[in-house]
Amino acid sequence: MTDLQSRPTSAEAPGTDAAAPTRRPRRNHLVRRGVRHAIMIIASIVMIYPLLWMVVSSLRPNDEIFRNPSIFPISLDFSNYARGWESLAQPFSHYLMNSTLLVLGCVIGNLIACSLTAYAFARLKFWGRNIAFAVMLMTLMLPIHVVIVPQYIMFSQTGWVNTMLPLILPKFLATDAFFVFLMVQFIRGIPRELDEAARIDGAGHFRTFFQVILPLMLPALATTTIFTFMWMWNDFFGSLIYLTTPDNFTVPLALKSFLDTQGSSDWGAMFAMSVVSLIPLFLVFLFGQRFLVKGFATTGIK
Amino acid sequence: MSAVGELTQMVSNRKKGGAKEKHPDNKPALVFMLPWLVGLLGITLIPMVASFVLAFTDYSLLAPPEFVGLANIKEMIGDTRLHNSLVVTFIYVFVGTPLQLVMALLLAVVLNQGIKGLAFYRSIFYLPSLLGGSVAIAILWRQMFGANGLINQVAGMFGLTDLPGWVSNPDTALGTIILLHVWTFGSPMIIFLAGLRQIPEMYYEAASVDGASKVAQFFKITIPLLTPIIFFNVVLQVINAFQSFTQAFVVSGGTGGPSDSTMFYTLYLYQKGFTQFDMGYASAMAWLLLIIVAIFTAINFFVSKFWVFYDD
Repeated sequence: MTDLQSRPTSAEAPGTDAAAPTRRPRRNHLVRRGVRHAIMIIASIVMIYPLLWMVVSSLRPNDEIFRNPSIFPISLDFSNYARGWESLAQPFSHYLMNSTLLVLGCVIGNLIACSLTAYAFARLKFWGRNIAFAVMLMTLMLPIHVVIVPQYIMFSQTGWVNTMLPLILPKFLATDAFFVFLMVQFIRGIPRELDEAARIDGAGHFRTFFQVILPLMLPALATTTIFTFMWMWNDFFGSLIYLTTPDNFTVPLALKSFLDTQGSSDWGAMFAMSVVSLIPLFLVFLFGQRFLVKGFATTGIK
Repeated sequence: MSAVGELTQMVSNRKKGGAKEKHPDNKPALVFMLPWLVGLLGITLIPMVASFVLAFTDYSLLAPPEFVGLANIKEMIGDTRLHNSLVVTFIYVFVGTPLQLVMALLLAVVLNQGIKGLAFYRSIFYLPSLLGGSVAIAILWRQMFGANGLINQVAGMFGLTDLPGWVSNPDTALGTIILLHVWTFGSPMIIFLAGLRQIPEMYYEAASVDGASKVAQFFKITIPLLTPIIFFNVVLQVINAFQSFTQAFVVSGGTGGPSDSTMFYTLYLYQKGFTQFDMGYASAMAWLLLIIVAIFTAINFFVSKFWVFYDD
């Protein structure tokens, strides 16, 4: 963790730290560099073309989607968006709102519960800590299917099926072990002297946690927020099981029911709403990439 | 240290020194750990046990569960659709994951050569892996690989006309979903890139002083030092791939078709449990999935002794 902080993973200065150690003859080098760029550019186009084409197609008349594989000419016909927005039982904003609520609840839950748990694992000495930690790491690898049936039965008995509670409540109980682990790793990288200084000044664990550790772990909290946002914005399996009436649908379910009702007739509108659903993810990608990359590196790399 | 690495270490050096440690923080720890403990019991452990018990019952939510002994397991042994769903899932896991990881590793290595515009390329490759799990992308895939979809339009430009729809043909439908999986190689690539940056430059310097070629350096330095990260990616991606659901569901319209060719195990489980409400059977299936994932993870850990190299 410590070496990660001193070694930015986001590579602001390519070529400085990763430069090829050997110096081959100059011309050879240039040719190799050209080939490398050519490969990279072709790969980039192949990777990104479907996305671009979907965006461009969503701005075209319906029949053209099945005729024009090119992204040119770019037309700016927003009628697909207008039609798509209104073509389900509720306007699409309703589903965007539902998804936003779900994401908000889950983010708050994860931030509170996972940081409390992580502090205990990283800083407190208590009975059974190692076993608890191993159990926590194992739940990281547990398929959700093993618990989903009894959970569903449990939540149907409390009358919570068709509400967001079954999706949000577990986040307040630190069931996303991935984030607990991420935060444990982060806290371990914070110098213990800071805790000790607080202790000498008479702070208990709660004050140390809230006033010393929590402000220092903002990057880990940001990573958690972004990942939770992306995962819950895309959440399909859980939502499909628990949210049963169209009024409660989140964006992925709205898109799915769009596909069910429109069959394959109105691809323009379907593409338009798909693009709308991807915009928040894209914005997070634009502005949060730094934290995403860090999150991967922190949990993935020793 | 990765989650996987940490677990390995705990297994290998459990209990150093028998001296009983003091636990001065038991009380505050209980408060800090309370949400997690409640979650572990209420959301994970108790449902796990319940699901194990349900596996031996017939239960449809309407009537109380009825104990049927091994009937569900016997049914599973004779259930050809279930066998097919296992085959489909295995193909997906064991074709899709290696392809995805090889792509991720190759591009990470090329990007790590100090290429100009690294940040740009990395973003482009990473973006699909962020969006790939969404319903929107699955919808796009369904159009792209349809009879008149983007792929066949492009093929038409090269003179290949009248190609059938890829998603409506039982021989190719699974292939399109595997391709979608490979397309999301960005996240393991990011992990590989971070790992590559931790390999000390001096190893390469020493090797090139000794006259080792680039290729030799790749196989003798890069790959061995990267094995812990390859291992981490393999473990996680295999576990994830076994559980994939959204893409198969959306691309096939929830049916697993055509003719069950995209009937993933989890999709079949969903149909059994949540459209037919055969909760006992679904629980038995869930436990089989857990056992399969556990076996493959254990194999991964076991085999790792022979190929993963720890520098420290």
